[in-house]
Amino acid sequence: MTSLNFEKVSVQYGHRHAVVEFSEVVRPGEWLCLIGPNGAGKSSLLRAIVGIVSFSGNIVVDGATLHDRNARRRAQLVAYVPQSPVMPSDMNAYEYVLLGRNPYVSHFGSESVHDTAMVNSVFERLDLSDFTHRQLGELSGGERQRVAIARAVAQEAPILLLDEPTSSLDIGHQQQALELVDKLRREHGLTVVSAMHDLTLAGSYADRLVLMHEGHRVVGGTAQEVLRAETLAEFYGVSVHVHHEPDGTVAVIPRRSLRT
Amino acid sequence: MLVLALLCGAMIGPAGPTWWRIPLELLNRLPLLTIHSGVSESEWNIIWLVRMPRVVLAGLVGCTLSIAGASYQGVFRNPLVDPYLLGVAAGAGLGATFVFTINRAGSSTWLIDPLPLAAFGCGLAAVLVTYVVGTAFGGERSSTTLVLAGVAVTSLVTAVQAFLLQRHSDVMREVYSWILGRLSTATWTDVRLVLPYVVLSTTVLLFHRRLLDVLRVGDDEATALGAHVNRIRLVVVLFATLGTAAVVAVSGLIGFVGIIVPHAVRLLVGASYRVVLPLSFLLGGAFLITADIPGRILSNPAETPIGVVTAFLGAPFFLLILRTRQASR
Repeated sequence: MTSLNFEKVSVQYGHRHAVVEFSEVVRPGEWLCLIGPNGAGKSSLLRAIVGIVSFSGNIVVDGATLHDRNARRRAQLVAYVPQSPVMPSDMNAYEYVLLGRNPYVSHFGSESVHDTAMVNSVFERLDLSDFTHRQLGELSGGERQRVAIARAVAQEAPILLLDEPTSSLDIGHQQQALELVDKLRREHGLTVVSAMHDLTLAGSYADRLVLMHEGHRVVGGTAQEVLRAETLAEFYGVSVHVHHEPDGTVAVIPRRSLRT
Repeated sequence: MLVLALLCGAMIGPAGPTWWRIPLELLNRLPLLTIHSGVSESEWNIIWLVRMPRVVLAGLVGCTLSIAGASYQGVFRNPLVDPYLLGVAAGAGLGATFVFTINRAGSSTWLIDPLPLAAFGCGLAAVLVTYVVGTAFGGERSSTTLVLAGVAVTSLVTAVQAFLLQRHSDVMREVYSWILGRLSTATWTDVRLVLPYVVLSTTVLLFHRRLLDVLRVGDDEATALGAHVNRIRLVVVLFATLGTAAVVAVSGLIGFVGIIVPHAVRLLVGASYRVVLPLSFLLGGAFLITADIPGRILSNPAETPIGVVTAFLGAPFFLLILRTRQASR
């Protein structure tokens, strides 16, 4: 299991500061969920980890900073599922998941027997065997999300990053996708960092929540500690009712403000 | 298919021996085989010195334009681009015009012929301008701006070329015959001129076929998968342009091939570049050799330009595949 440390990580787009000196320690095997309103810097932070945007400060994976690792080595450590993955409609699911093996194939090389065996086993483990030859364009939203996660699993990286994994799914598929991530995490000891908007789901799946606002880390802790009506009112500008279930889960229910 | 096209190309022509004697004679010329084909020495010269260079050259041009077209479509993630739409061909034409206007007679005896190099340099400059302009105004995902930028660059480059020719009207004939292509007068020297460039560029492009598949998921995700996106794009554009510029230097402007062959391959076998690149290479060669045949015999003894033939053959062929593909769904 692998730890992930953020040491004063900042991301800047031109003059706009998307993430400002973000520090946090994600313990091995932990599921950390980043929450916060749109533009809080959650996605930018995830994109910094996988090298899509450049950052200052340090991101340390298992004791070595990411700056010292080349792109392929980094991709062997961190897998990333973006909010809306690009899925060419004329690519089939097998070809797509096979792309997850790219970090293990040399520049001019091609996939080994081990790589193809790995991809086949991912299809089996994720119950996707029927999808192997389906074109991505024919898949439904829930199926696409599972195939996207399958590609990340094929990467065999100990850290999994998910940007809004449930944003385009109905309530049943939301649960299905998150249960899948939870199962993978338990079976493979993955460290998971996700960005999520649904606070109730975030609270019930993640071990710990970190609230971000305008690029800054505001508060972190368990769902009970972070999901408080006053806190959410301050940073989201909403009126919510926070309901504590007997089993410890927290439900966040938006309330309509009283008409004047 | 490529072999069949090569044979047909060798067998059909306005002068020379009866068609069926030619494959026999070709076999006869192989070592360890003796077959009496009844082909005389002068007839053999027609085949070997007139037809064969032309057929081989057409094949090389077709292979290169197709694989370059498929590669450009891959790195720009845009199904509409081909070497002509991106301005590569026009740029290469301008480069050649420079060489002609400065000093063609002297330079052709240099150790390395500057003609393909100048064509390559200007072709590369044109495609880079197209890419920079196209992405600066349209963003990464806009297909139309890239194509429009290509059209703009092409017309600018053509205008510069026209201006140069006005100033140096003495070389106009040479330049125009160069632009229209020399496939009809091809010799083994032309084949030797382009072969190194074609081999180099297609080899490098074929080695990138897996990485072109990685690029299909977009720059961001390809980066997250550990690919050096900009490096891949630069190398592929460089070598696709090298190949295109070299073949344009001998064949002149032949449109249609770089866009129609890769698309036909995609419709037949799927969109993965692992199969699209090698099959485009083979099919492109076969296509252009076949397209060259009617040009030689239709208006005998005059020649029909091959560009006319590719358009005539290409368009219905494309529609046919589109139709069968839709019917099978």
